[in-house]
Amino acid sequence: MKDTNHNEDWSLVIKPKTGLFEINFKEIWQYRDLVMLLVKRDFVSFYKQTILGPIWFLVQPLLTTMMFLLVFGRIAQLPTDGVPAILFYLAGVTCWGYFSEALTKTSETFTANANIFGKVYFPRLIIPLSIVVSAMMRLGVQLILFFAVLGYYVFFSDSNTHLTWAAALFPVLIIMMGLLGLGLGLIFSALTTKYRDLRFLLTFGVQLLMYATPIVYPLSLAPEKYRWLIVANPFTAIIETFRFGFLGAGAFNSAYFTYSVVATIIILFTGVLIFNKVEKNFMDTV
Amino acid sequence: MSNTVIELNNISKLYRLGEVGTGTLSHDLNRLWHRLRGQEDPYAKVGEENNRESKGGEYVWAIQDISFKVNQGDVLGVIGKNGAGKSTLLKILSRVTAPTKGSIKAKGRIASLLEVGTGFHPELTGRENIFLNGAILGMTKTEIRRKFDEIVSFSGVERYIDTPVKRYSSGMYVRLAFAVAAHLESEILIVDEVLAVGDAEFQKKCLGRMKDVSAKEGRTVLFVSHNMAAVRQLCTSAVVMKNGRLVFEGTQTDGVNFYQMSHNTNSEYIHEGDIENAPGNKHIRIKRFDVKPVNGEVISISSGFDFELEFLNNKEDISLDVTFELKNSDEIIVFHNGTILSPNKDSKRGYYKVSSRIPAHTLNAGVYKFTLIFGESQRYEVCALEDFVQFEIMNEASGSNSSVLPGMLHLNMPFSTTFNKVN
Repeated sequence: MKDTNHNEDWSLVIKPKTGLFEINFKEIWQYRDLVMLLVKRDFVSFYKQTILGPIWFLVQPLLTTMMFLLVFGRIAQLPTDGVPAILFYLAGVTCWGYFSEALTKTSETFTANANIFGKVYFPRLIIPLSIVVSAMMRLGVQLILFFAVLGYYVFFSDSNTHLTWAAALFPVLIIMMGLLGLGLGLIFSALTTKYRDLRFLLTFGVQLLMYATPIVYPLSLAPEKYRWLIVANPFTAIIETFRFGFLGAGAFNSAYFTYSVVATIIILFTGVLIFNKVEKNFMDTV
Repeated sequence: MSNTVIELNNISKLYRLGEVGTGTLSHDLNRLWHRLRGQEDPYAKVGEENNRESKGGEYVWAIQDISFKVNQGDVLGVIGKNGAGKSTLLKILSRVTAPTKGSIKAKGRIASLLEVGTGFHPELTGRENIFLNGAILGMTKTEIRRKFDEIVSFSGVERYIDTPVKRYSSGMYVRLAFAVAAHLESEILIVDEVLAVGDAEFQKKCLGRMKDVSAKEGRTVLFVSHNMAAVRQLCTSAVVMKNGRLVFEGTQTDGVNFYQMSHNTNSEYIHEGDIENAPGNKHIRIKRFDVKPVNGEVISISSGFDFELEFLNNKEDISLDVTFELKNSDEIIVFHNGTILSPNKDSKRGYYKVSSRIPAHTLNAGVYKFTLIFGESQRYEVCALEDFVQFEIMNEASGSNSSVLPGMLHLNMPFSTTFNKVN
């Protein structure tokens, strides 16, 4: 084939395979409106035809907290680092809910959207991004509840609950939780387009993972021998820092925290790379 | 500098048939092993030509070595039978899936309309869906806001714009969806046969809109259709695909002619092999039935057609009759005519041949089906073969109108006119 017009400025080239690091961030930026519209769709369609509307976002963390309070607080009588049990569980449940939603929904990106993906092209990363932002919105509503309960304990009770300097890390923590969920979700979504075996693992895996994370118990309760196992989970340092910041419970460990940041970045990076690799041809195998 | 906006170079796509399961894992591992050693995909070699009728291996080239260029402002018609690879080509062009080999270069944004209403959410209102769908198709919020009123008035659903689309009638839904798509601002538009929706009036509006897009706004359109009259009317050039390959490239008129010549919608049936296995029953076995143009190579309004039936009769000494029933695509019986083959109850074992002719300028364009009914004494049914052979009468433009005219007949009527001046 004669290449007569190689000097022309083609704005788009479609090739069988792209390089590992060819990620078109510019294009993702061009589609930023789509992210927001998808978030709006998720948010609005959730409470259409309900009377209480977004208040329903609060029901799940509230009931879960009650249940934990009963099972782990009253029956198992696990200590909560000296902070009121309700605050301790609410903080854990809210953060974990956010992370696990970002993870499980992202992991279904290809299977749940095969219909749209099969008809229209847009950067596929838009969907996982919108999922994480949606989860963040939901978290925002749930945090209102958390801060209300927190305010009550800080100002109107004589408990030892107090904010520490680590509360300033709040935005970083929120972003880290989301990105960790996103990164893991991307890895799972890419691995399940052709062979769906891992999907079964993920559904109960997330539930089990919660017990390997200090959600219903403080890290200080973990026996010294197995503590490394729990700390190996990057979510551990995030939730511990969150509780330390807002509840004044536990301690801030800068080594653990640095490890978490590095792990999150590596997981996210890996996720984006393999997602980018499969997105071109997933339609043929999904 | 040429004004080529899309250039395809040897585009090919390999598909694997069958299910994904443990069996495919070994192929994947083998492929990975070859790739690690820097070798070619071992399964790309065994790919076969895309032919749905033949049986064969596990890998098929859905399209193979497609190369062509499209200039700015062109409306390119992509024609071919079902399974010729048109949809695969569109999917690759619209980046839903990547080609196995080859490359495509394009200037400007490509928007594809493989389906209208992609991403519509039933719970959202018409207004919300316009924004969502527009964004999925690649528009920014500002663009949509600017075109919003135009979209709404094009769709004709102003009154329902703040009602969830799940309450819409299917017609309203499709009209709204098409309206969004029709107002895309991309430089290249790919349209699959989405025009087969809505009522006749709306279809006309859609075709008109597509013409505007290319003629007035200078954008490029790739149009895939089975509607030859629409291709002739809308397109400025055409490519014809067959079994995954490009077999013709040229003007739209030549393309349509080429396609119609090469494409026989099983307008004949010939039984090969043991006659006892031929269609029919123990009394009647069909050996051959064909429909052919009286003159020319394509059955069209002006060609007329001959049909001929050859069958084996096993029932002796009866009054055998055969009836040809012709139905159009709306299942309306156009005629139901027959002939008595042995009026004196003297039918014999052996092959009978019956033929007849429908003269030129009789039936309108469209798809027709023949049903064959064999009877005894014009009373008892001996054998009946429903919709045995199907064929198409091609449309021909009458004057400047190239679309299929309504009505079942298309006659050459002698008109006479007189004129009187008003005093």
